[in-house]
Amino acid sequence: MKIPYYPGCTLHERALDFDKASRECANVLGVELEELPIWTCCGAVFPLTTDSVMEILAAVRNLAYAARMGDKVVTLCSFCYNVLKRTNKVMREDEERREKVNLFLRADTETRDKTESFLKKDYVGQVDVLHYIEMLRDVVGFDEMAKRVKTRLEGLRVAPYYGCMLLRPHGEMKFDEHPEQPTIFEEFLTALGCDVVDFPMKTECCGGFQIVRDEETAIACSQTVVSSAVKRDADLIITTCPLCLYNLDRKQKEMEKRVNGFRKIPVIYFTQLLGIALGIDDEHLDFSDNYVDPRPALAEKNLV
Amino acid sequence: MRLRLSREVIKDDLVRRVEDLSGQNIAMCYQCGRCSAGCPVVDEMDILPSEVIRLLQLGQIEEVLDSKTIWICASCLQCASRCPRGVEFSSICDALRAIVLRRRIATPSVDAGDVSRVMVTDAPQMGVVGALRKLNG
Amino acid sequence: MEHRIGVFVCHCGSNIAGVVDVKRVAKQLADYPGVAYSTDYLYMCSDPGQNMVKDAIKEHNLTGVVVSACSPTLHEATFRRAGAAADLNQYRVEMANIREHCSWVHRGDKEKATEKAIKIIKTMIEKVKQNEALEPISVPMTHRALVVGGGIAGIQAALDIANAGHDVVLVEKTPSVGGHMAQLSETFPTLDCSQCILTPKMVEVSQHPRIKLLTYCEIDDVSGYVGNFKVRIKKKAAYVNRDICNGCGLCVEKCPRTVASEFEEGLATRKAIYTPFAQAVPNKPVLDRDNCIYFESGKCGICQKICPVDAVDYEQTDEFLEEEVGAIVVATGFDLYPIVNIGEYGGGSIEDVVTSLQFERLLSASGPTGGEVRRPSDGEIPKEVVFLTCVGSRDPENHVSYCSKVCCMYLTKHAMLYKHNVHDGQAYVFYMDVRTGGKGYEEFYQRATEEDDVLYVRGKVSKVFEEDGKVMVWGVDTLTGRKVEIAADLVVLGLAMVPNSTAVELSKKLKIQVSEWGFYSEAHPKLRPVESLAPGFYLAGAAQGPKDIPDAVAQASASASKVCALFSEKEYHREPIVAWIDEDECSGCKVCISVCPYDAIEFDSQKGISRIQEAICEGCGACIAACPSATIQQRNLTDSQLYKMVSAALED
Repeated sequence: MKIPYYPGCTLHERALDFDKASRECANVLGVELEELPIWTCCGAVFPLTTDSVMEILAAVRNLAYAARMGDKVVTLCSFCYNVLKRTNKVMREDEERREKVNLFLRADTETRDKTESFLKKDYVGQVDVLHYIEMLRDVVGFDEMAKRVKTRLEGLRVAPYYGCMLLRPHGEMKFDEHPEQPTIFEEFLTALGCDVVDFPMKTECCGGFQIVRDEETAIACSQTVVSSAVKRDADLIITTCPLCLYNLDRKQKEMEKRVNGFRKIPVIYFTQLLGIALGIDDEHLDFSDNYVDPRPALAEKNLV
Repeated sequence: MRLRLSREVIKDDLVRRVEDLSGQNIAMCYQCGRCSAGCPVVDEMDILPSEVIRLLQLGQIEEVLDSKTIWICASCLQCASRCPRGVEFSSICDALRAIVLRRRIATPSVDAGDVSRVMVTDAPQMGVVGALRKLNG
Repeated sequence: MEHRIGVFVCHCGSNIAGVVDVKRVAKQLADYPGVAYSTDYLYMCSDPGQNMVKDAIKEHNLTGVVVSACSPTLHEATFRRAGAAADLNQYRVEMANIREHCSWVHRGDKEKATEKAIKIIKTMIEKVKQNEALEPISVPMTHRALVVGGGIAGIQAALDIANAGHDVVLVEKTPSVGGHMAQLSETFPTLDCSQCILTPKMVEVSQHPRIKLLTYCEIDDVSGYVGNFKVRIKKKAAYVNRDICNGCGLCVEKCPRTVASEFEEGLATRKAIYTPFAQAVPNKPVLDRDNCIYFESGKCGICQKICPVDAVDYEQTDEFLEEEVGAIVVATGFDLYPIVNIGEYGGGSIEDVVTSLQFERLLSASGPTGGEVRRPSDGEIPKEVVFLTCVGSRDPENHVSYCSKVCCMYLTKHAMLYKHNVHDGQAYVFYMDVRTGGKGYEEFYQRATEEDDVLYVRGKVSKVFEEDGKVMVWGVDTLTGRKVEIAADLVVLGLAMVPNSTAVELSKKLKIQVSEWGFYSEAHPKLRPVESLAPGFYLAGAAQGPKDIPDAVAQASASASKVCALFSEKEYHREPIVAWIDEDECSGCKVCISVCPYDAIEFDSQKGISRIQEAICEGCGACIAACPSATIQQRNLTDSQLYKMVSAALED
């Protein structure tokens, strides 16, 4: 089965490890992630001002590219997922902005038509935006996924970190039936045989892009999240977002400096954990970028 | 100094512009404070999110535009998701920054040139792009 | 007489049995003199428990029963019924309270608690031994009710009682029924017009065949007791024979004297001969003697000359009517706290600082401005209007301590209606809390902020004063910590609700209790909220405490249903545990009469003795304690009984 796939900039550059593991896991589960032949940055953040047109244009283009390939598009990065899903809603419901954006798209068509006709018709929200975890649950099925597991992750205590962008705004994202107490990653982890560590900070902010403006502000946030999982004896944290991973993992270097007796905890992408369970080869499991190496924790449970 | 309230003051044009840009009805806020209570970065702010809205209700937008708060918001939407009146502070914040950035009445809090080399080579692209779009326009 | 007492010891689950050794108690008391049967059971009040009592009475031919369990306030009635069902006189059934008085307060000392339980029960056994078989006192009853006050609460109570088939006398002191509700513009939270929903009820009350409507009348005196009150009513001289008057209005039109209208809260005038408002019921004028030129100087007399039916009668005097009723509903309503007491807001001296009732008139389509909001000083349409909550309320240091309950809502309504009236105006509400408990109330408040841009400012206003043709309001926004000021065109005061000025005086005539602030006291704040402590008196509306219309109407209907329950029996039955005087011993010193709080003792001057009126006596015991010759005794609580009880308690 082929599903159109939008990797986004970060997975194309800094988070190649996430991209690699995710594609290989999909392969093992019988899904081929078919990368959009042309794509651009989605814009990273969804503009909250109501008059934003230019700001959503990039995201709409990507959706329009996806529309040529099928009726859905899968993505992994939380920011991309948030931007594409919210933009899609604007295109479905906001007549005025839809019209303006399509004017631009038509202009695109006219100039680029000579090389390729990528826009057959206006984009009006034809594509469903799916997160990879939703694909696992709804397309593959957690039961089916569990059947393919080679090494059940028994005894591994995993804290699932959702962060903000998958869940909020609740009404638009509809990512989980209970966005204040989401369970989709818990179900995923249970299917892999892990011990799920529930922790109260799982939907709190990691500091996000504020890391670029002011490290202190962002680290205060990410440390709250990390400490909460550590306190509940998690062996590792999983995430779906390269920026969250950066704030939660890489910034533990700073946290160590700031906090006496700071206990580190590895943070990895959820598809990397899935890869271990599915037994994908080391070529697709790259932890070289992680500040806190997850391998000792995994080795302790005989998982690497 | 007593703050003189009047129709002219509280119906400030710029406040109406914030309402238009954010799509939020500022009058709906009944000051429960839940946005401030749940904000993950509130410690760094000079004015609480709920106070920002209150100042807008009183027409005191200049004070808000000068605040640090609007640049500290991480757009995590925790405030918006829990507001009992459906007022999205994060959207109001976007609108306030848009006013500052579009009019260039203040220096952007993140300058493209200032984003350090380390950041550009180290941080995920989404973070750098996100910060520049939210905080630089 | 041989005593055959039954003792029934209840475990009350573990409430009693967890502390008191109930088995031992039952066993030990079986041997006590006069006890014929003694047992224990898990829940004596349950069906099987009650059956144990009934069966034992018959089987052991018991002459008295002591149920040793909880407080008599909880289950005395239960076990008296059980006794009666087994043909034992119900006043030979007593309860020994070994729960509240023993097990609950002596946890941890089983031995002593058990001993104490035994003593408590012994005292009650001694009491029961001398209990007389009594019957409830039956008193004939007049199935006719008096309702005092013709506002919405009184109207509702009168209609409900009358519709249940009983005659009602409705007394209203002003010339028309309707009360404050008739003054209101629209009502929260539905914004239906007050007059539209009230006037049909006013008409109904005046035309109901079972209601005798007495307007411009006051209660002069009440005597008697529940079921048998005698009420003296003063029919104030109206100087108009209202039976003849056809309500043509010519006298009002021609009267040369104008004075401030009470109904319009001083914002408009009326004549010296007047009907308070156009929809008044009855729609017939009265003459205000204090402001009449004829009464001042003997001149004028225009009204009399012009009246086509010769109804004006300057010779009229106050008349007194006697009415007999069985129950009395008190619904005398409220007044606003006097504005003169609020000096910091001008004390009534600033024309454009108005009371909430005045603002109602400014909003009312039938008001002095025809429903256009115009300020009193110059008739201009105010563009900045400030509403103040808690004016007098919640200020125990300076004014009244309580929350007046309705101001948050009506000021929200005012702000909303003002905005509907003056689209480019701005309404501000200064508040301490916005209290919107009530169905649809919070939504109403939220609508005011959302749709009508009412700005709520948290902080009590410190000072209001006149400056440059404006009313300056000095306040604070505690949410931002900023002092604020508004140069307002009009300020509306949400003054506290206080009892009607006549309430305290009336309470003395009715002999019913009032609470600290002059509101009538209910018998129990939760479980008997519409009854007065004095039997036969029921409370309705704001006379009992600040209330909005829905609550006042609900309470009025509740009072009516209590009256109907009372009237459901031919005679009134009451407890026979009352005092009695031994006529042979009484010296006629009348001390008892002076201490009786219920006026239940009359003096028989022929025999020179005092006599208890059993129908009125509440059995409080004041006279018994006061009687210098120990001539007064309480039934089933005689000195002899008390002596035996105390002896039993002190026995080793």
